[in-house]
Amino acid sequence: MNVQASQSDFILQVEHLSMKFGGLVAIGDLSFQARRGEITALIGPNGAGKTTVFNCITGFYKPTEGMITLNKRDGSTYLLERLPNHEIPARANVARTFQNIRLFSGMTLLENLLVAQHNKLMKASGYTFLGLFGFPSYRQASAESIELARHWLEKADLVDRADDPAGDLPYGAQRRLEIARAMCTGPELLCLDEPAAGLNPRESAALNELLMDIKNSTSILLIEHDMSVVMQISDHVVVLEYGRKISDGNPQSVRTDPRVIAAYLGVDDEEVETVLTEVGDEDVIEQLDTGPDSAHGPGNSASMMAGPVSDTVEHADEGERVTVSKGASKAAQVDARAASVASKPAPAAKPAAKSSTAKAPKRTAAKAPAAKADSTSKGKQAAAKPASGKRGGRK
Amino acid sequence: MAVTVSPMRDVVATPVQRAFREALYAGAIALGLFVLFIGLRTDQNISNELILVQRWGLLALVVILTAAGRFLYVAYAQPFLASLKVTDVATGLLPESLATRFFRLSYLFAAIVIAVVLLVLAGSLDELLGPDLAGYARFLRALAIIYAVASVMFYFRSFIHAHFSALGVSALALYPVIVVLTLALYTGSVAGGFQGSLKWVDNFGIQILIYVMLAWGLNIVIGLAGLLDLGYVAFYAVGAYAYALLGTHFGLSFWILLPAAGCMAAFWGVMLGFPVLRLRGDYLAIVTLAFGEIIRLVLINWREVTNGSAGVSGIPKVSFFGLMSFNVSDPNYIGKVLNIATSSAYYKIFLYYLILLLCLLTAFVTIRLRRLPVGRAWEALREDEIACRSLGINTTTTKLTAFATGAMFGGFAGSFFAARQGFVSPESFVFLESAIVLAIVVLGGMGSLGGIAVAALVMIGGTEALRELDFLKRVFGPDFTPELYRMLLFGMAMVIVMLWKPRGFVGSREPTAFLKEQKAVSGSFTKEGHG
Ligand SMILES: Nc1ncnc2c1ncn2[C@@H]1O[C@H](COP(=O)(O)OP(=O)(O)OP(=O)(O)O)[C@@H](O)[C@H]1O
Ligand SMILES: [Mg+2]
Repeated sequence: MNVQASQSDFILQVEHLSMKFGGLVAIGDLSFQARRGEITALIGPNGAGKTTVFNCITGFYKPTEGMITLNKRDGSTYLLERLPNHEIPARANVARTFQNIRLFSGMTLLENLLVAQHNKLMKASGYTFLGLFGFPSYRQASAESIELARHWLEKADLVDRADDPAGDLPYGAQRRLEIARAMCTGPELLCLDEPAAGLNPRESAALNELLMDIKNSTSILLIEHDMSVVMQISDHVVVLEYGRKISDGNPQSVRTDPRVIAAYLGVDDEEVETVLTEVGDEDVIEQLDTGPDSAHGPGNSASMMAGPVSDTVEHADEGERVTVSKGASKAAQVDARAASVASKPAPAAKPAAKSSTAKAPKRTAAKAPAAKADSTSKGKQAAAKPASGKRGGRK
Repeated sequence: MAVTVSPMRDVVATPVQRAFREALYAGAIALGLFVLFIGLRTDQNISNELILVQRWGLLALVVILTAAGRFLYVAYAQPFLASLKVTDVATGLLPESLATRFFRLSYLFAAIVIAVVLLVLAGSLDELLGPDLAGYARFLRALAIIYAVASVMFYFRSFIHAHFSALGVSALALYPVIVVLTLALYTGSVAGGFQGSLKWVDNFGIQILIYVMLAWGLNIVIGLAGLLDLGYVAFYAVGAYAYALLGTHFGLSFWILLPAAGCMAAFWGVMLGFPVLRLRGDYLAIVTLAFGEIIRLVLINWREVTNGSAGVSGIPKVSFFGLMSFNVSDPNYIGKVLNIATSSAYYKIFLYYLILLLCLLTAFVTIRLRRLPVGRAWEALREDEIACRSLGINTTTTKLTAFATGAMFGGFAGSFFAARQGFVSPESFVFLESAIVLAIVVLGGMGSLGGIAVAALVMIGGTEALRELDFLKRVFGPDFTPELYRMLLFGMAMVIVMLWKPRGFVGSREPTAFLKEQKAVSGSFTKEGHG
């Protein structure tokens, strides 16, 4: 009984999920759960693999390993990695939006929302045959679908523009429309990929409101760079870095997790460097002289199509995980330092930092036991000011 | 067309100077291009030897024409077009548009007078002017009539625009009646009216409507679903052969064979679609192109069934639902039943209404489908396939239904074609037909039924009209056959329309549902699809 309850408590369970592109491990052994009726945020620096997780959940990618379980409210369970792409929204009721908005730009807003109700309407129209002859059952279903569309247009504050082409909308409205469209499929889990990206503060606030409203009926999985959104509305945060989960918990615990702070919350490459230079790390000073290769930093792998694939693929046989050398996993650095506090002789670095990364943290760890506390306090300051510096540079 | 002179020199040169220079360039380019194409020609002499014929005169003519054309364009047309965009200093208004200047009431009267005078004199033109000039006079008469019709349409353009479908359908429905009546008045006898109507109803009416139907069918595949199908003629062939073979071997009637041919074509659409639809864009286009050729080659080589390139003949005529037949020898021949004179025109007029009906069916189904979830899914697929999948739309079956529906209408058109010709051979189903139908869809504006119908009228009607320009033989010599230039006409029309309206005659799309008011969606938002 108890087990039963906790099972269906989680709408989504991701277990040991891995996704490899050639030699690049975009997601490595990721496990997390999303609770029903909550907003679960998935955060992490650029290129951490957030969008890839979404693509695995919604069937656009077939994961290399792992299991994704969806527990519907009625008790039925779906293994998403086994369902064909289009059945995930249709049968498992998982809807999503895209990082780069994908609307039907030549169709009106209303039509966009009607397309989202395709499967329902298809059945009502007797797979076209009844609809072709104008059967009343279809006409009624059609009227209902328009009502539902109007409902979501009102929620998204777009009802005035219902008959305009979607391509004509301003950016923020397009984001809201995409969410409304996803909601029209009647989802139990809504996956939003950076819904606040490129929105101004007012639009962002309106979005928060919309999401809080949706949360009442639908669980949400949210990717977001905007920390103000994440901290305000999410109930649970999962942090990824280089495809690994580095932290998992409620927003408060995540924002104070040193690994997260180092990896993501506002500690920029330079800040890590300043921290380390202050402590007098030779390796960092050396790196600073040559200048970090900006093309390979994690901050630059933007989209799911274009990434630093080429220079990572060649290391494929070295280990299960390959990372770029410069500016690599900061969470691993923190780990290594923490470990060095415990035992003075440098331990073997975490498996996450096996290859070329391994050298830098080891030395850092040996020489700078004080660095941890320092970077933590820096991180806290940065976390306190909402939108971190990284985001501004990206868009 | 880009002017390649530097702006510095532009400032100094007057348009005429510039035009002169550019005309020289254009002439030089034309000379370089055409010296081998036109200047020299290989030919056979009497003893079957290959000889070079030199045609320097013709080359010079072409080069001079090119240079003169460029000169006129740069010196006069360009400044004129520019002046259209400049407002008058005194009134602050833009000058009259080109169209209002072109369609003046006085010109209209002149055109009507010319047309009427030449029509009255029609019988005696040859004696009055001699055969040469009479040809020109008839051409002038045709131009005057076209001008008059065009300006009437121009004056009533807003009315026509508002009631386009209703006007179009009624014009099409009345067309044979008008033709027969006019010709009957003109020749003074009802029989003469029917006899003369053959050409107008068959060559123009039926021919155009067949293409309208084909283009509307292809429009479902290309215009709505955004799948570039270059082998559409294959389904036309399947329909035609299905009708021809089943009709000749089993003697089944048209009304049974029409749906059968449609189903057969749809079946082949699905057969082709299954393996092919996972391909996108260019790949899909190439595979469908190959499919079209395969079907044609099968028709040529499978002699036992299709009779090879000799084709199938003796295809039974359509009967009027079995009540009346159009075979003179039958006891229920229409002439005997209705007690009227024997004429082959009845059958053509019947066929005209039949294809009109089929066209209207196609239009009706297309309009209905667009408002149903399948139709919306087709258009959504054209806009963004990935988004479709994220909304739970099965893109494979959706594409298949588009393919099958388009193919079915192709099959209908094919079986009608077989019934009309009484003979089918693989020659009728070459790639060129696919290309023409595709060109009509693109010219008309993908997705718009009205635009496509107008494009078919212009393109097919235009090429048929070329046959009427016999008098040109007197100018260019007896070998000159204007019909051979129809591809040139097609090409020129395509270039002009694509420059003038890149999205075709009707670039906007009608939304399929609306909350408050129906507004057309501008073409700049819609996408063409990626296959
Ligand atoms: N189809 C693909 N083929 C190869 N590599 C891919 C593919 N999709 C993603 N990747 C790589 O996987 C890594 C994770 O990418 P992903 O798009 O998931 O990051 P993200 O966390 O969404 O980043 P962002 O914040 O910039 O959106 C990147 O290095 C990317 O280059
Ligand atoms: Mg992403």
